[in-house]
Amino acid sequence: MELKHLSVASLRNLIASREVTAVEVCRNALGRIEELSELNAFITTTAEPALASAEQLDRAAEKGEPLPKLAGAIIAIKDNMVMRGVRTTAGSRILFNYKPPYTATAIERLQAAGAIIIGKTNCDEFAMGSSTENSAYGPVRNPWDPARVPGGSSGGSAVAVAAGMAMGALGSDTGGSIRQPASLCGVVGLKPTYGRVSRYGLIAFGSSLDQIGPFANSVEDAAAILDVIAGRDVNDSTSSNAEVDDYSAALTGDVRGLRVGVPREYYGEGLDPEVKEKTEAAIKRLEEMGAKIVDVSLPHTEYAVPVYYLIATAEASANLARFDGVRYGFRAEDAGTLKEMYSRTREHGFGAEVKRRIMLGTYALSAGYYDAYYGKAQKVRALIERDFRNAFGSCDVIATPTAPTPAFKLGEKADNPLEMYLSDIYTITANLAGIPGISLPCGLSSNGLPIGVQLIGRQFDEATLLRAARNLEQALGFDSTPAAIRNNG
Amino acid sequence: MPISKADVEKIAELARLELTSEETESFTEQLSSILEHIDKLNELETADVEPMSHCSTAGGDTEYARRDDVTRPSLGQRLAVENAPDAEAGYFKVPRVIGG
Repeated sequence: MELKHLSVASLRNLIASREVTAVEVCRNALGRIEELSELNAFITTTAEPALASAEQLDRAAEKGEPLPKLAGAIIAIKDNMVMRGVRTTAGSRILFNYKPPYTATAIERLQAAGAIIIGKTNCDEFAMGSSTENSAYGPVRNPWDPARVPGGSSGGSAVAVAAGMAMGALGSDTGGSIRQPASLCGVVGLKPTYGRVSRYGLIAFGSSLDQIGPFANSVEDAAAILDVIAGRDVNDSTSSNAEVDDYSAALTGDVRGLRVGVPREYYGEGLDPEVKEKTEAAIKRLEEMGAKIVDVSLPHTEYAVPVYYLIATAEASANLARFDGVRYGFRAEDAGTLKEMYSRTREHGFGAEVKRRIMLGTYALSAGYYDAYYGKAQKVRALIERDFRNAFGSCDVIATPTAPTPAFKLGEKADNPLEMYLSDIYTITANLAGIPGISLPCGLSSNGLPIGVQLIGRQFDEATLLRAARNLEQALGFDSTPAAIRNNG
Repeated sequence: MPISKADVEKIAELARLELTSEETESFTEQLSSILEHIDKLNELETADVEPMSHCSTAGGDTEYARRDDVTRPSLGQRLAVENAPDAEAGYFKVPRVIGG
């Protein structure tokens, strides 16, 4: 039973017809996690409750009861989403022993739909990073080449799906943290519209940018997961009341007449020639299927990285103020006063990148600099959002590379934060504008590394985005199984 | 705009981070180089642009979730302090606030 070759819908049918048991699928996933433990994709596995839920599903199937939509689907959760009683670290030492008293809404919805939660995946500390090297629990390795990073910050979730340890996973995307690792690991990764999925129970990084979304082996599975997790939640006031489409149903239909915008600003300096070639080839396939390719311009693209690193860090510096050694997690023991306790706890509890971002955000919000930095960034953010609205006047989706290069080597960018930040250059604009984006694999580089193409859609128009992605996926016929796993049988 | 070591020390104090001297050195250099990149924003004239503070202000047509203002069960004192490094009788314990 290779999870890589099984769709969520087909597994449900196999369990219902008693051809497969949920328990054997679950054991298979746990076996794979164990076998590939050197990839370090998981911080915590939840074998016992997972097997218990699987047994329950098998009993229901035995009795011929109707099974829920995601019955038996093995799902991994990025370790920055809380799950009652299950250690949740956000990749940080400061939360090394935190056992949340409640569960994130997105996880609750998955469980209610019959999904089996297999564990919590490794990530950059507080989702701050593009390589999953900034985890207090060690770096994650790419199953296509273990000397390389999986991307980040949701690297563990991307690897879990790529390596067949799970059929799907949840990640969070603040500046590309779902789409960029999906691209580097050869799987599908969707960042929905801001507010489409409840953030209740997601440990906050940049609250005006953060969004939970799925990783999957196919667009079909990503749509099935989105069907379950999307929609209003009274526990997150920024979750939207906008109508939730039937995303699985939206996959049928072709792309004839669909207008695909190609923004020239995304194909310039810094883009790897092979990534450019594969992205352009994917766009060509859409054209062959009847889509209309149009040139569009997003003129403020070059300002997106500076805007992002002011807004995200400013919001992070406020959000991370809660980690002070009082209510949960690590506390420095040697402090004489409360203030010393705060400063030492945070100094020893946070890693270098998190401290760097707290410093930058605190500076951008501090007296005398607020208008020049944070205020200015909010204004340029408005210009970036306006660029997209203008572009969507003449197109229905926008096609770009997901990341400027395929997976890079561990340690390659570790000493140069700015260079690392630039690996999110094509993804952060969708977060700034609050619109959905999806990455899907479109080929391999000459040295066998996956390359992703990104499609960006209108606000709350995941239906069109997924339909376009589904058509492209079928035309490309990419096998997302890393060679090491394929050979394993 | 380059920032000085003194700036970094002041920000660290505001952010409640007791940085080592090596960290102060490296952050001074790294934050200066990041801010230099950020200064690119000054190329743009934005006097007439309304700042965008949130995505709900973007499309203008999105209504976000509200709930009725009624009391609901809360976490409760026992669970609220369960993860605390130091707690007693349902309270968080901390080092002394003043003096020292």
